[in-house]
Amino acid sequence: MEDFDAAFAIAIGMIGSADPALLEIVVLSLKVSAAAVLLAALVGLPLGALLAVARFPGRRAVVVALNALMGLPPVVAGLAIYLLLSRSGPLGELGLLFTPGAMVLAQAVLIAPILAALARQVLEGLWEEYAEQLRSFGAGPWRAVPSLLFDGRFALSTVLLAGFGRASAEVGAVMIVGGNIEGFTRVMTTAIALETSKGNLPLALALGVVLMAIVLTVNAAVQVLRDAAARRAA
Amino acid sequence: MDGAAAAARDLRPSQAAGIPAEVPLRSTILPLRVEGLRYAAGGHAILHGVDLEIAAGPPTLVVGPNGAGKSVLLRLLHGLLTPAGGRIAWAVPFDQARRRQAMVFQRPVMLRRSALANVVYPLALAGLPRAGRAARAREALARVGLLHLAERPARQLSGGEQQRLALARAWALAPELIFLDEPTANLDPAATRAVEAIVQDIAAAGTKVVMTSHDLAQARRLAGDIVFLHRGRVIEHAPAARFFAAPRAPEAAAFLRGELLA
Ligand SMILES: Nc1ncnc2c1ncn2[C@@H]1O[C@H](COP(=O)(O)OP(=O)(O)OP(=O)(O)O)[C@@H](O)[C@H]1O
Ligand SMILES: [Mg+2]
Repeated sequence: MEDFDAAFAIAIGMIGSADPALLEIVVLSLKVSAAAVLLAALVGLPLGALLAVARFPGRRAVVVALNALMGLPPVVAGLAIYLLLSRSGPLGELGLLFTPGAMVLAQAVLIAPILAALARQVLEGLWEEYAEQLRSFGAGPWRAVPSLLFDGRFALSTVLLAGFGRASAEVGAVMIVGGNIEGFTRVMTTAIALETSKGNLPLALALGVVLMAIVLTVNAAVQVLRDAAARRAA
Repeated sequence: MDGAAAAARDLRPSQAAGIPAEVPLRSTILPLRVEGLRYAAGGHAILHGVDLEIAAGPPTLVVGPNGAGKSVLLRLLHGLLTPAGGRIAWAVPFDQARRRQAMVFQRPVMLRRSALANVVYPLALAGLPRAGRAARAREALARVGLLHLAERPARQLSGGEQQRLALARAWALAPELIFLDEPTANLDPAATRAVEAIVQDIAAAGTKVVMTSHDLAQARRLAGDIVFLHRGRVIEHAPAARFFAAPRAPEAAAFLRGELLA
């Protein structure tokens, strides 16, 4: 219990004093996870929409595989990106390993299947409603994809938040491809892992409190924006 | 035009708005010839060999009891369902015929956008240049008396307003033929008259209307000819005046007396 009290005291102290080292870590965490969500969304949302409208043999298998990939362990995603980016790997030339870029890539790989699977679920219902009307307008499944993404924008914002939550909470992937280098690739989760391993539990816990506060704030902000926009556009 | 329809017409802000250049003055896709059209779903035969010819002219009303197959017939003709057998032949190849027709569904789907954007969307799909779309859409909204609600989210509109929006959306495409599936179901008398007035305007502008209804008074007001559908078969197809005065099929006579329920 003392640990928790101490942790909260430290957390509040860190937030209150806007500790520059902490700020740097927080900003990098946000940047990496936001970039990963953006990258994953560019691939995952259209893929999910396409799966919602397309009917082809093997579609069910793809959907099952995608749902399974939602549970992809972060360390596995990290390891795969590590092998791709390591000096002898196919993308070694890029020199991305142990940079924030590599962390973005690893998190994007981790959450793209989540975005795709959730988007498919959300948009399948919408397509069921729209299909006949859009076909009457002369829109086939391909043309329907951007329409569904647009008309499903409010539901999809929740999907993006789920992706953001998952990205900012994971530690395995960014640890492997980022290396937790102080001042360069250290983010909230890797800092927490480090402090924990050093036995500095109150500090680790305090960082955890800050991380949860950030995720909560981002979610609340998006929710407020979304509700305001939804009221205008129904 | 009868008095009620004229009154409903007066509710609309823009009567003079028109898209004359786009309105087909004579039909190129008609006549539509249907031979032995069959359809089955879920192991049940729904249409058993429909023979039908739809020619240019005043509205064709497809009437019949619930479950007769009216909606299925319209979907087949519009190309949304694949027949189990038979032929649907337009005067032009299918692709061309498809582009020159529109349909308003029994339960129109409102896109999650403004009323205006709902009209613009099919115009974009139809390949209308971007610059002309908004003006054309506003014109269509004005014709159905919805211009003042152009920026309102379509799904917030009332049932009657949504029905008029669906008509505007189809009409903006300047189709040669328009399928209307029960456009006044669930509307109150005033909204029904407003929709009927729009239907009459559409027909007067040279667009062929093919419409289902089980409101016989409405069929009398609107129809040039009546297709009486019962249990998946066309029992009678006749000029409206003749159909209502002296139906030949016993089922049609029973339906007119309000006795035929299914
Ligand atoms: N996809 C389907 N699967 C199974 N049965 C269907 C399907 N579509 C239509 N039916 C059946 O076909 C019959 C005709 O349906 P349809 O919707 O054409 O009737 P309708 O004449 O339009 O009736 P209403 O006046 O109630 O609108 C009904 O018995 C309906 O249950
Ligand atoms: Mg019907």
